[in-house]
Amino acid sequence: MTPVDFSLLCNAALLLLAPVAVAIAAARPAAWRAIYLVSLVLTFTMAGSSIAFALSGAPASSEIFPLGIPWIGAHFREDMLSAVFLAVVNLGAAGASFYAIGYGKHEAAPGRVLPFYPLFIAAMNLVILSDDAFSFLLSWEFMSLTSWALVMAHHRSETNRHAGYVYIVMASFGTLALLLAFGLLAGPEGNYAFETMRGTAPAAAIGWLVLLLVLLGAGSKAGIVPLHVWLPLAHPAAPSHVSALMSGVMTKVAIYAVIRIIFDLAGAPEWWHGMVVLVLGGITAAIGVLHALMEHDLKRLLAYHTIENIGIIFIGLGLAMAFQANGMGAAAALSLTAALFHVFNHSLFKSLLFFGSGAVLNATGERDMEHLGGLIHRMPQTAFAFLIGCAAISALPPLNGFVSEWMTFQAILLSPSLPQWGLRLAVPATGALLALSAALAAACFVKAFGVSFLGRARSPAAARANETDIWSRTAMLIWAGLCLLFGLFPALAIDALGPAVQSLLNSRLPAQAEIPWFLLVPIAGSRSSYDGLLVFMFITASVLLSVAVIHLLASRAVRRGPIWDCGFPNPTPLAQYSAGSFAQPIRRVFGTLVFRAREKVAMPPPGDMAPAHFDVDIHDLAWEKIYVPVAAGIEFTAGRLNGLQFLTIRRYLTLVFLALVALLLVLAIWT
Amino acid sequence: MPDLGFDIAHMLAGSLVLVSLMMLYQDRLPALINVFAVHAMLLAGSVAWQAYVQDEPQLYITSAIALGFKGVMIPMALRRIIFRLGIHREIEPVVSTGLTMLAGMALVALAMVVMLRATPEATPLAREDLAFALSVLLLGLLMMVSRRNAVGQVVGFMSLENGLILAATGARGMPLVVEISVAFSILIAFIVIGIFLFRIRERFDTVDVQVLDQFRGERP
Repeated sequence: MTPVDFSLLCNAALLLLAPVAVAIAAARPAAWRAIYLVSLVLTFTMAGSSIAFALSGAPASSEIFPLGIPWIGAHFREDMLSAVFLAVVNLGAAGASFYAIGYGKHEAAPGRVLPFYPLFIAAMNLVILSDDAFSFLLSWEFMSLTSWALVMAHHRSETNRHAGYVYIVMASFGTLALLLAFGLLAGPEGNYAFETMRGTAPAAAIGWLVLLLVLLGAGSKAGIVPLHVWLPLAHPAAPSHVSALMSGVMTKVAIYAVIRIIFDLAGAPEWWHGMVVLVLGGITAAIGVLHALMEHDLKRLLAYHTIENIGIIFIGLGLAMAFQANGMGAAAALSLTAALFHVFNHSLFKSLLFFGSGAVLNATGERDMEHLGGLIHRMPQTAFAFLIGCAAISALPPLNGFVSEWMTFQAILLSPSLPQWGLRLAVPATGALLALSAALAAACFVKAFGVSFLGRARSPAAARANETDIWSRTAMLIWAGLCLLFGLFPALAIDALGPAVQSLLNSRLPAQAEIPWFLLVPIAGSRSSYDGLLVFMFITASVLLSVAVIHLLASRAVRRGPIWDCGFPNPTPLAQYSAGSFAQPIRRVFGTLVFRAREKVAMPPPGDMAPAHFDVDIHDLAWEKIYVPVAAGIEFTAGRLNGLQFLTIRRYLTLVFLALVALLLVLAIWT
Repeated sequence: MPDLGFDIAHMLAGSLVLVSLMMLYQDRLPALINVFAVHAMLLAGSVAWQAYVQDEPQLYITSAIALGFKGVMIPMALRRIIFRLGIHREIEPVVSTGLTMLAGMALVALAMVVMLRATPEATPLAREDLAFALSVLLLGLLMMVSRRNAVGQVVGFMSLENGLILAATGARGMPLVVEISVAFSILIAFIVIGIFLFRIRERFDTVDVQVLDQFRGERP
């Protein structure tokens, strides 16, 4: 059986699982375990088969069914690139299913989640397997709709309904843009199969339009600034394992669409296409992390970090386009490998972090960090796994997030050899944005972990929290282990990405597994190298050594004294350093510019018993400057056109007549 | 004489356009109906000539239908209607005759430019016929737009349909079934519109469609 047949069969099984879920969920409320278990088995085997396929380097296998548009049919194909993304999607889905076997117990309305869950996974797989525009768009829209249904699972809350509305509008807009992009690529003959699109290179103006439409269409799904507004609303609204899927996996499907269209279908990119993607990526990374710093809702904070990481991936893609356009194959391969590796890494640690936030949400009922605190005592294993995730997303060695960001920086450092001045200036500027966002991400996760898990409980719910169930804990610990594994031995993943990069760019990184001592040498040994294992061993050894030194040499005398109270003699937990306090310095530096942040302090006059007030006013400029005016414009136009519904017959006739004459005039002038 | 067929067809279709232009400035309804009858008869002649030139006998039936229904029956019925409604002496205010005529001429020019450019590979006969047919169609629409009286709009609609038939016969071989069904649907539309005219008249004492707007509260 060819790999594509196997994947399609597994997806058919996932699609069939939905009606089973509908039937079972109504009859037996406790059936969630079976559904998630079957999803786990199916996605895990699919992940395994696609990893085996990616490692084998075998030629692509394809399949055509007589469905869809009659004269084209439904094409499905599994090549090296789709194998990589199938592995990412199915590994993420397997993790979410494993976690949900335990987490599903807390679901209030399983009937609203269970049927859509396997459909959502299958839809993402089908997007990646599609090999013609019709199947692609159909699966893409199916993915949007099933994920929308999952966002609306808890539809009683007003914020969730708002999130669902914004999401569906943005998703439809994105699909429209992709539809137009494929229409341009297909040309006047309507070659909707990817095979024929690959063969024909579009004209320069068409290539530019396609890039723009892809950035609008797939970029809105991935969360590029300023198309990101739906993401921090919709991702947290879903149940936590679905949030992990949407943030960790669905955004990667959008990245897949970008790579598939720009690198595979649209012919050779021009250098300034790369610059557009690069600069957008840099802005997205910086804005995403600044938003995350201002956010005190744990799940929304994670969603904003997804935007930041999408920005990092786009920086890699833009660099790959710029290098490829200048014929610098090795540098392009390094950038694309870094981007693909970050895709994989982000899916690992973002899933892990959403699992952790779901565990916290179940244990305390709180997403607001200002009501958490001290959870490390109540949920030690969750705290440990979450800490690993925080370190990985903050790009700390020896974890996996560091390796891919380090590789992106290595690619940025190659920019002086680029011939175009525009790129020579833009790439280091983007590198500065990337460095800024990496540093701010670390600060943000110090806040997230410190305020949620350290200190003392800020609410009774946090004080009474219990450790989460065994399935969820195991899933989190396995995923934390994976983060460490790919940080110590990145060569495993980088070599597996080699054939995919080779198929797109005709060049790849040298095989890393043959270099001794697990050293990572992306360009040349004299230039830069990284050894995760060495760093890990050094950290372990120095920690053990210092512990030993302290135990051997320190005085054993015990002295008791009052604890230092940070200048706050009042011992209530509310006097602790809070998430808002943590964000304040950064808000003061960047906030006035980026968010128009204003602080208001209302201090009652002496003698007045009223409490003092401190308010922070933050604006999302993307929402206020782009979306609100566009919505107002549509509202205004619609209001004006409303009159068209109440015209007399003669005026309707006049309209028809004028339209006809106008069309004829266009025909007369243009032909 | 190989070109005689083309010349006569050209003349007939051209005079159809001419009569369409004549209809634009008729401000009395009986005169308008008379001109419309001439229009329909010219159409019948043109279709019959096409039948002869193309050697397609079923087009003679089309021609007979055009002559019978449009050239005789409908004008007579319309005349009865306006006499029964008592509006045969009314002068209909046409929207500035000069402007309408200018617009009509511009439309004919537009139709020529579009059609002659769009059909370079068709036969000259079909090209000319299509261009004239489009002119007749556009003039019919212009008349429907520029008339305030419902009867005037009905006549505009009928002349528009004449343009369609001219185009169809010029393009060689519209099936007879289609032709007959189009003719009957036009007839039925005519009957329905005729009945409505009386209903409108009963209720509002006029067939000036502007009064309908006032009734709907659109205008004071």
